[in-house]
Amino acid sequence: MEVLWSVITMGVLGFLFSFGLVIAYRKLRVHEDPKIEQVAEILPQANCGACGYAGCRAFAEAVVKGETTPNSCPVGDTDVVKQIAETLGVTAAEVVKKVARLHCRGTHEAAKNRGIYIGISTCGAAHLIGGNKQCSYGCLHFGDCARACPFDAIYMSEEGLPVVIEDKCTACGKCVEACPRNLFELHPVSQGIIVFCRSRDRGPVSRKVCKNACIACGICSRACPEAIVIENNLAIITDYKKIEPEKIPEVEKCPTDSIGRLKKEDEG
Amino acid sequence: MELVAIFVTAILINNFVLRYFLGICPFLGVSKKIDSAISMGLAVTFVMTITAAVSWVINHWILIPLKLDYLQIVSFILVIASLVQLVEMFIRKISPPLYEALGIYLPLITTNCAIFFLALMASLRDYSFLESVIFGVGSGLGFTLAIVLMAAIREQLDLADVPEALKGAGIALIVAGIMALAFLGFSGMIK
Repeated sequence: MEVLWSVITMGVLGFLFSFGLVIAYRKLRVHEDPKIEQVAEILPQANCGACGYAGCRAFAEAVVKGETTPNSCPVGDTDVVKQIAETLGVTAAEVVKKVARLHCRGTHEAAKNRGIYIGISTCGAAHLIGGNKQCSYGCLHFGDCARACPFDAIYMSEEGLPVVIEDKCTACGKCVEACPRNLFELHPVSQGIIVFCRSRDRGPVSRKVCKNACIACGICSRACPEAIVIENNLAIITDYKKIEPEKIPEVEKCPTDSIGRLKKEDEG
Repeated sequence: MELVAIFVTAILINNFVLRYFLGICPFLGVSKKIDSAISMGLAVTFVMTITAAVSWVINHWILIPLKLDYLQIVSFILVIASLVQLVEMFIRKISPPLYEALGIYLPLITTNCAIFFLALMASLRDYSFLESVIFGVGSGLGFTLAIVLMAAIREQLDLADVPEALKGAGIALIVAGIMALAFLGFSGMIK
């Protein structure tokens, strides 16, 4: 008998409270964009937070608001990205895969050492004392970026430079933050030409410290003046879209190889 | 007089956070800014007050007459969970920014031991209806006091030179400990 009473009591109480909540929900419900729900369903539901948001739902809200792009979910494959893009009415063409690229070609062989560095072997520490290379703009070779990469997409090559594995890179930007010399930048994967140098030293100085430094000779900017300029002794590509394919061989006549297409060894 | 004693005791002497170490999760989680700390405190106070009232009614009108005291825990949880849902919907409707600021800690009031402790304590001490409600308000205000003080200190801490290893949770826990020591000073006030 007592069992019956307890069951009835709890049942009635539960019913009363849920009834109250239903009424409150009707009165107080907040209408949200139904797209958020749709996008949330497409997402992997791993709630890993790799995108930088609190979870898949928070990411969905941000995508719908336009704060981030569908391809910012590092876990979702191209299918997921496509579906989200379709849901939002964004054409899939806008979903460009980006990868991190290193703006330096100062290998062990090319860039000369300033001395022997025996401090803590991180780029951050080496950067504090000016680095172990004569070039004060180039890669420090200690691989802070490779350690920062959460996807194991960066490894240090035998030549001493970090290599980005395109397939694994999700353009999360951790390496961009990690590099004390700001040598990483995120570029669309299809983008052909990149300046592989950040040195602002004058030409003779950069030539002395690194074989692959930009010496600001201006061959590339003369070949393609509408897209490449020389600023502070460094070639800068102002508009990647304006570089016409037929001009690329001209641009690649760079005497120090500091501008051009990616080579096999850069791509991993 | 009895009511005043319960009220003051709940706020200062037997402060839930600093004396019993209940509700530490939101106490540390939402105490980064004074504004959201106040809102969190008020949300908890609201839930505590209503919980105290409703659980007293359920306890004395339903459970005790039917000799179902052993259902106390389940039914109190039911009350708390429903109330928190209600508060959540309400805050989301009234103030979306506040909803964002409180984040996960708002639904977590449900599992906040402080509120459950309140309901159990009120029934254990055999409070009358009025005493229960006063106890609820007092405890809620005590929580608010603790969390706002903590937020004020932490806002200052942001500017202080904290040793690297203690940054964030470490220094927050140390501060909470020192605050608890300070609040122990109240313990002689009422016998």
